[in-house]
Amino acid sequence: MISLRRLFAVFLKEVWQLKRDRLTIGMILGIPIMQVLLFGYAINTDIRHIHTAVFNEANTQLSQTLITDLQATQVVDITHYVNDIDAIETLLRTGEISIGVVIPADLDRRIQEPERPAAQLMVNGSDPIVMGAAQQLTAMQLHHKHQPMQPQGKLFEVRNYYNPERRSAVNTIPGLIGVILTMTMVIFTAISLVRERERGNLELLINTPITSNELMLGKILPYIVIGFIQVSLVLSLGYVIFDVPIIGRVLDVYIVTLVFVAANLTLGILFSTLAKSQLQALQMAIFVMLPSILLSGFMFPFNAMPQLAQWLAEILPLTHFVRLIHGVMLRGASLQELWPELLALMVFTAVTLLLAIKRFHKRLD
Amino acid sequence: MSSDSATQFSTELAIECHQLTRKFGNLTAVNQLDLAIPKQSIYGFLGPNGSGKSTAIRMLCGLILPTSGDAQVLGLQIPKQAEKLKKNIGYMTQSFSLYEDLTVIENLRFMAKVYGLSGKQQSQRIQAVLGRYRLEALQHQFPSTMSGGQKQRLSLAVAELHQPKLLFLDEPTSAVDPQSRRDFWEALFDLVNDGVTILVSTHYMDEAERCHQLAILNQGVKVADGAPQDLMAAIDATVVQVESHQAAKLKSSLLDLTEVISVTQIGRSLRILLNKNLAKPVAYIEQALNAFMVCDKTLTIKQTEPSMEEVFVVATHAQKKTK
Repeated sequence: MISLRRLFAVFLKEVWQLKRDRLTIGMILGIPIMQVLLFGYAINTDIRHIHTAVFNEANTQLSQTLITDLQATQVVDITHYVNDIDAIETLLRTGEISIGVVIPADLDRRIQEPERPAAQLMVNGSDPIVMGAAQQLTAMQLHHKHQPMQPQGKLFEVRNYYNPERRSAVNTIPGLIGVILTMTMVIFTAISLVRERERGNLELLINTPITSNELMLGKILPYIVIGFIQVSLVLSLGYVIFDVPIIGRVLDVYIVTLVFVAANLTLGILFSTLAKSQLQALQMAIFVMLPSILLSGFMFPFNAMPQLAQWLAEILPLTHFVRLIHGVMLRGASLQELWPELLALMVFTAVTLLLAIKRFHKRLD
Repeated sequence: MSSDSATQFSTELAIECHQLTRKFGNLTAVNQLDLAIPKQSIYGFLGPNGSGKSTAIRMLCGLILPTSGDAQVLGLQIPKQAEKLKKNIGYMTQSFSLYEDLTVIENLRFMAKVYGLSGKQQSQRIQAVLGRYRLEALQHQFPSTMSGGQKQRLSLAVAELHQPKLLFLDEPTSAVDPQSRRDFWEALFDLVNDGVTILVSTHYMDEAERCHQLAILNQGVKVADGAPQDLMAAIDATVVQVESHQAAKLKSSLLDLTEVISVTQIGRSLRILLNKNLAKPVAYIEQALNAFMVCDKTLTIKQTEPSMEEVFVVATHAQKKTK
């Protein structure tokens, strides 16, 4: 039999405890708000604002109309005007643009010919959402000043770069490395210091000659090895089962991973100095994990998100890692071309580590 | 066995502090504590839970900052030079604080490295403490499977692993059986003979009696200090012992008397603490008992020597009165 009084006693006790657990209250409110905002507002499946470069060889009135109409769709944001195909390929490889528009010199003639496409779209096909958007553009209407001038054949020919077979695993697997590392690395270190505090080990440890730096770095280093094991596992599975290529240098993949793992571990250590219990540390880790997965560009194209979401995403290590790993693995970009992302991760690591060391005192009060 | 197995007091002080105070919000955990602890001796903190023993020890190690006052430990200013102090002190926390998921030998190896012992020193010292604290047979066991006494031996082994000059032991015997406590204190005297100074907190009277010197703490204030024998000799009270089969009944009546500080029942006997200025304590009690009209032919009344517990009661009682 259930005693209502005892049931009520437990109920009340839970409420009292909850009242004092600010972090859990934060999650009760924060997670739904975050999810609704992210999914409903930030995550826009109507793709817009894809960074695009234009190489206009024609320079005619018609080509200008074509460019204006392209912009009017809002699917693309023309961020670069270039003078040769090589420039477009470089921009695609470094990830600065996802679509390149090539307007040939004989555009006005081609548009009358049914058998030839009028212009060309060079698309980063490793992202299926961008690819889909590019396909839509081929059905675009041209609005010429005098008469509605419809092309006889196709307006655009789409050239798929980096993922000619259009397999989604190619896009997912490299980013997945980042998601897995974020989930495991942050949690490992986030609970590590708190656990010692909870079990009483820390009081003894801080009364020894050990320094904060030794303690922090000593806790971080083993997990870097674990991170490498995880990366190797995901890469091998991706290669063997899903045929995901590594177009860039394997060494670069590991360098990128090393920097990213370090960023996550120092973030975890910082949480560990902030949290009062292992549960709190876990909650903090989840708070970072959710926006990381949703905003980093792993699930949805980065440029399609509103500005605010993009700013937020720039703080998250996973955003930079997704750009790096896609660049290296899928587009064969070199680290010299991707250095701003690498730098961002290093700055993040340094700042979080410094904060953690500053926050951690060898004292109990 | 007794505290006179003591070696000569060194003239130098291991710990010295003046007006050391720590407040937590409105609570004053340690209030204007003065200490002068000589080297190579066992100094005890005797006091109930919450009397400020742990806070005082933690302040002297540099784990907690004092609100005011200053301390000098092994010639170093605390908390300013606390980091320099760390390699010269050993520490035993109130609850077991080594790693439950590391074996005995792994715990020892880890701590030896943390204290920066060289490879050769590490194996030498680990062998030494394994022998000294009878841990050889347990070396591959996890602390979670060990008894309170075994864990305590391991904690002490770790605390003295790097041969510190000073040991801080915070209620080291609170979770162990009497035999383990006896063994533990023997080990402490061995350490003192090797030149170590020990500051130990306890709430056991018998342990307090074994210290070379001790301070009685109550509500953050040092209410008495000195050698146990001196404290007992100088007690500000007289002890009268009454034996009667009506002890329990008498107790409450006696407590109402103005000159009585406290009454403790031990089986059939009552130990009555009386104000020291009373000229004839035995006669005073006789009179009182007659007034209660006790008819017990076996009743005996005699004056007796004070115990450590009575020193403690008088000291804390005096503090209450002055408040």
